[in-house]
Amino acid sequence: MREMLLKFIEKNSKIDLQELAVLLGVDETVVANEIAVMEKEHIICGYHTMIDWDKTSEEKVSALIEVRVAPQQGQGFDKMAERIYNYPEVNSVYLISGAYDLMVTIEGKSLKEVATFVTHKLAALEGVLSTATNFILKKYKDHGTLMECEPQKERMLVTP
Amino acid sequence: MRDPLCDKIKTVEPSGIRKFFDVVSEMPDAISLGVGEPDFDTPWRVRQEGIQSLEKGRTFYTSNAGLKELKKEICKYLKRRMNLYYKYEEEVFVTVGGSEAIDLAFRTMLNPGDEVLIPQPSYVSYEPCAFMAGGTPVIIELKAEDEFKLTREELLAAITPKTKILVLPFPNNPTGAVMKKEELAELVDVIIENDIFVVSDEIYSELTYGEPHVSIGSFPGMKERTIVINGFSKSYAMTGWRLGYAAGPANIIGQMLKLHQYAIMCAPTTSQYAAVVALQECDEEVEQMREAYNQRRRYLLHAFQEMKLECFEPFGAFYIFPSIQEFKMTSDEFATRFLEEEKVAVVPGTAFGKCGEGFLRISYAYSLEDLKVAVDRLGRFVEKLRKER
Repeated sequence: MREMLLKFIEKNSKIDLQELAVLLGVDETVVANEIAVMEKEHIICGYHTMIDWDKTSEEKVSALIEVRVAPQQGQGFDKMAERIYNYPEVNSVYLISGAYDLMVTIEGKSLKEVATFVTHKLAALEGVLSTATNFILKKYKDHGTLMECEPQKERMLVTP
Repeated sequence: MRDPLCDKIKTVEPSGIRKFFDVVSEMPDAISLGVGEPDFDTPWRVRQEGIQSLEKGRTFYTSNAGLKELKKEICKYLKRRMNLYYKYEEEVFVTVGGSEAIDLAFRTMLNPGDEVLIPQPSYVSYEPCAFMAGGTPVIIELKAEDEFKLTREELLAAITPKTKILVLPFPNNPTGAVMKKEELAELVDVIIENDIFVVSDEIYSELTYGEPHVSIGSFPGMKERTIVINGFSKSYAMTGWRLGYAAGPANIIGQMLKLHQYAIMCAPTTSQYAAVVALQECDEEVEQMREAYNQRRRYLLHAFQEMKLECFEPFGAFYIFPSIQEFKMTSDEFATRFLEEEKVAVVPGTAFGKCGEGFLRISYAYSLEDLKVAVDRLGRFVEKLRKER
């Protein structure tokens, strides 16, 4: 049940507990307890909202930054990741296999702000060998969700 | 001018669903719980294969029986999921939906006057197709207290020396009833002793929510007297691709194929290529859709319990068949008023046979959001009717 529950709230964290219990065919208290346990165990790490900022007046620029780093003695990549993720501008940090080591996503108000962060903070960090900045031009799909509304279905209203 | 029509066609009634469709079409703001097809899109990988087959210029006829590769995949699937063993060369062929296979089975097997046992409530096409094929439809009225399953006693009572075919429509449209292995086992010796053939419409076989579907054709002694009809419409959300198949003993399948060849030529080529991918790669998608239907099923059952609407728990297809007998109205009156006053379309049980009187078919092939709106309106309507009384 745990995995099924997670699949549900991963898609819709606002879902009503009572409704969730009905859909899963279990008691409401079971669902509430399971969620509480998973929050405690940090399986559920947070509840967020998908926002298409492009449709608001807020200016936002996001970038994916490929970072090559020199692993630190005795701490591998973890120490380097920590140095990077502590900056509030940084949205996510992933350790990556392939041509570079860390993928960092950051958000800023303008290209200039992001570029300044990369050159002044990120690239300047000890242990960072190189960076490549990829600005995001358009988001089509994020977290399994389409950013545009899907068109109305053309299904007939009554069929056998 | 003389009458262009044959006598038979004039006695065939138009589908009760058609009438409702016409009314709903005139109501642009109506919402519906009236469809008999999945709300999901066909899995993308299947659509992509269809597109690619067109890009590659695969726009010719296939062989009459269908693509060899598809027939092989169908046989593998029937073995894997239903414990059915068919040879792809002569015991299976691809049709234009399960509907064509139903029609062909009757036309291939019936002599004038042969009786066809049709349990109802059930899908609308068995009775007219059996009749047009020259058979005599004999209706078995299934009962709510049996959860609309066919019992051994009902079957025995309906058999006459003229009985040739039994239609087994499970998992059932419109009731959602399924027949479990032990319930089918009760029928098998009756069928064999009376030398009856079975047309088993298993189009909803992937949509069961208790035990997995069991095909009557998997019982000893049944393969040689069963035509298994299945297809891609419900399990893979492929209704518009019009693709189904029939499997059975070579002596019947070969003759059905002859008719198919003359009437249809072959099933749509694009659909056939796409269906190969459906069978090869889409087990997970089928599972996800099944789980989504099951959640909605639980949601509706719960909602009906809350509004005290009498209803047995259906374990198959995507329909719930609640009773409205407490309101002392016909199904048609209920459905008409519900549509007029709350703008929600449901299908009266009587569209699926006279014994559907007092029931409604409610489809849960809708998103939860849509179901919630419809359920709110149903609750309000039911309360209103109770106050009127």
